[in-house]
Amino acid sequence: MRLTVDAIDAYYGGARALDGVSLAAGVGEVVALLGRNGAGKSTTLKSVMGLVATRAGTIALDGVAIGGLAANARARMGIGYVPEERRIFAGLTVAENLEVGRQPPRPGAPAWTEARILALFPALAPLRHRPGERLSGGEQQMLAIARTLMGNPGLLLLDEPSEGLAPLLVAAMADAVARLKAEGLTVLLSEQNLRFAARVADRGYVLARGRVVRDGTMAELLADRDAIGRHLSIGG
Amino acid sequence: MDSALATLRLMAAEPSFALAQALTGLASASSLFLVAAGLSIVFGVTRVVNFAHGSFFMVGAYLAVTAIGWLGGGAAGFWGGVVVAVLGVGLLGVLVEVAILRRLYAAPELFQLLATFGVVLVIQDGALFLWGPEDLLGPRAPGLRGAVEIFGQRIPTYDLFLIAVGPVVLVLLWLAFRRTRWGVLVRAATADREMTAALGVDERRLFTGVFALGALLAGLGGALQVPRETANLHMDLNVIAEAFVVVVVGGMGSVVGAYLAALVIGVVHAFGILLFPKLTLVLVFLIMAVVLVIRPAGLLGERGAASRQGAPEAPLRPASARLRWTAAALFAALLALPAVAGGYVLVLAVDVAILALFAASLHLLLGPGGMISFGHAAYFGIGAYGAGLAWKWLAAPMVLGLAVAPLAAGIAGAAFGWLCARASGVYLAMLTLAYAQIAWSVAAQWLAVTGGDNGVLGLWPAPWAASPAAYYYLSLVLCGGGILALRLLVHAPFGQFLRAGRDAPRRAEALGVAVGAQQWLAFIVAGAFAGLAGGLFAYAKGSVFPTYLAIPRSVDGLVMVLLGGVQSLSGPVVGALAYVGLADELARGVALWRLVLGAAIIVLAVAFRRGLAGAVGDAAARP
Ligand SMILES: Nc1ncnc2c1ncn2[C@@H]1O[C@H](COP(=O)(O)OP(=O)(O)OP(=O)(O)O)[C@@H](O)[C@H]1O
Ligand SMILES: [Mg+2]
Repeated sequence: MRLTVDAIDAYYGGARALDGVSLAAGVGEVVALLGRNGAGKSTTLKSVMGLVATRAGTIALDGVAIGGLAANARARMGIGYVPEERRIFAGLTVAENLEVGRQPPRPGAPAWTEARILALFPALAPLRHRPGERLSGGEQQMLAIARTLMGNPGLLLLDEPSEGLAPLLVAAMADAVARLKAEGLTVLLSEQNLRFAARVADRGYVLARGRVVRDGTMAELLADRDAIGRHLSIGG
Repeated sequence: MDSALATLRLMAAEPSFALAQALTGLASASSLFLVAAGLSIVFGVTRVVNFAHGSFFMVGAYLAVTAIGWLGGGAAGFWGGVVVAVLGVGLLGVLVEVAILRRLYAAPELFQLLATFGVVLVIQDGALFLWGPEDLLGPRAPGLRGAVEIFGQRIPTYDLFLIAVGPVVLVLLWLAFRRTRWGVLVRAATADREMTAALGVDERRLFTGVFALGALLAGLGGALQVPRETANLHMDLNVIAEAFVVVVVGGMGSVVGAYLAALVIGVVHAFGILLFPKLTLVLVFLIMAVVLVIRPAGLLGERGAASRQGAPEAPLRPASARLRWTAAALFAALLALPAVAGGYVLVLAVDVAILALFAASLHLLLGPGGMISFGHAAYFGIGAYGAGLAWKWLAAPMVLGLAVAPLAAGIAGAAFGWLCARASGVYLAMLTLAYAQIAWSVAAQWLAVTGGDNGVLGLWPAPWAASPAAYYYLSLVLCGGGILALRLLVHAPFGQFLRAGRDAPRRAEALGVAVGAQQWLAFIVAGAFAGLAGGLFAYAKGSVFPTYLAIPRSVDGLVMVLLGGVQSLSGPVVGALAYVGLADELARGVALWRLVLGAAIIVLAVAFRRGLAGAVGDAAARP
């Protein structure tokens, strides 16, 4: 699905977190949001999901404005959201967590079954009956993505998918994102890990203090030593 | 006591008698469980303690009587009537959730409790209007009318049927929550509502469904009770008090806990009626108090499930020069009142002064203390009884009576406050309610000392204070002084520590504030001032009745504080004034005054959470 964000502002109480952010992601494209802590990456993703109210600007999915819709309606239009904190339902088993995410398939987006998702994240398969609170951080991250895929999204919002993962798992996560792209999914992800972003993303936007300060293909951004030094931590 | 011993001897000689009594208790436990399970499920998911849950029970009973009447006798008529009643109550639940509760999920607990209490009042008058004041006798259940002989005791078949209903419903609920998609979604939304919505679940519909299920269960409890007792207008508050106990003892949100607790309470009740017929309610509430002191989250509750951090409040400012001048001018005007007004106005003014002090003392707990007291009438009533009993038994003069009143209530505040110290949030609200109910039943049932429902009569002010103007001045000085003292306390270090403990308990502890001790002190102070108000009230009316410490009086206090606005120190005074005006108008002019009052409370809780003083303050602050 195609996402267009045009000049949105967002506030927490009286404090402005986003200041005229515009961006776009085309069908099957992987787009990265880059920036330091507090730059506004998570807020941008939450605004698209409808978890943070925007005060100005428009957000459109395949050309349809969705700004007025509640989060659950946006999810049913095909937006999938994986939060930074994963937010697994601790008291529910892995299978039940997946069940919460299940939605009917929709035209124009890849259709998932539990079996296909477990093939993408084989580590989850033996854990189906384990409660969410007894998963490791990496397993929780996989479950969070798997749970969202159960809704058959056309646009996937991933907030810092590589955060806190061991190097081997970071590589597996990059493979998974590549597989999702190959299925035709549009992915908008936030990252502080520049190397991970360079590996999975086609294009990127650099945020600083709630504004887009730079955008381009990942190759262009990587070549811009100045922008990297000023707005990003040195890529790990 | 003698009769209790005789009963015990009988049971020892004839154990089957005890068994029969236990079975009766288990049968009552089923209805209680149905109500408590609904209450607990609704709380677990929405975090709302629904006062109106007992009203659903009552409506279930009334609807069943009516529907069975329509459908005619016979098994089909009876069970069809039960189904109609249950569905009707479910529908009522949907209505209440969509129209009221949905708007209150993010509001502080206090407003949720009050709004649902408003629903109680509305439904009470609605039932009175629809079904009239007489108790309605329902039909017996066809096919279950007989009795079965067990160890020589005849046990009604219907009781055995009810005993089976409990576990069946328990298993069905377990299956619904563990084995259906709906149940999985409800559990997910309970844990993380926002994340559930972000996964495409319409959590508003889900909550409505849960609320309807809870109402349905209460309605079923009421409908199944029809063959055992008449449908009457007291069912709602009677059952809600016990259901609260069951839910709190079992652990908020735990259905299995509710079942266990319902069994315990049901059986204790059945034996209590035999052994200490006058103290059953006390016994039930004592069990709750003991369980909560030992396990603050109930038998199977999770710790911390019921506490919640409210939004921080704007800091308190000392009175502005303008407010001081206004207060001084008001005081001068009040001093001049007897010169211009007649007796009736003075009597009304005494009421306002007393209620303002009562509300101000409650405000200390609710506002700066951040503690919900749902039984503040206890201190008011204990003060009134202190004065009344000192006169009745010791022939104490008025001045002594007015000294005994705050003393007695302060001691009660110390005792209750100490027992409540470990609870917070809704548990605290329930505990304070329980203690108030215990105090109420002692006053109502200890005939020899308190005169029971007949009250203490013939209490008159000392000769020097007997004229309306003199008693007015006395009330003005004592109540005005009390309110001023409370105000000074809130700005003193004590008040600052109290607020620090409310807003950031851990940080306050780390800074060396003994939060628990400050809260205990607040209970004592608030109790003493409420007691003084009660003492004044006793002499103003010339009598003391158990109603002085009943639930409605506690709610009066809450409504006054809310009318005025919790966030403002002048709120209680404004609230008392508005409330007396409102109640006076209502009682004189409107037949269905509970309905009007209930609706007013609901509107207040949903739309005007900052109260009248807050609204006026906003208007004054606007350029
Ligand atoms: N719930 C909140 N309440 C108030 N302010 C918030 C809240 N969440 C974020 N902020 C503020 O909004 C700004 C943007 O935060 P955001 O979480 O979008 O940053 P981020 O780029 O995701 O940072 P990080 O890399 O640390 O996750 C920051 O200044 C942050 O302090
Ligand atoms: Mg973030």
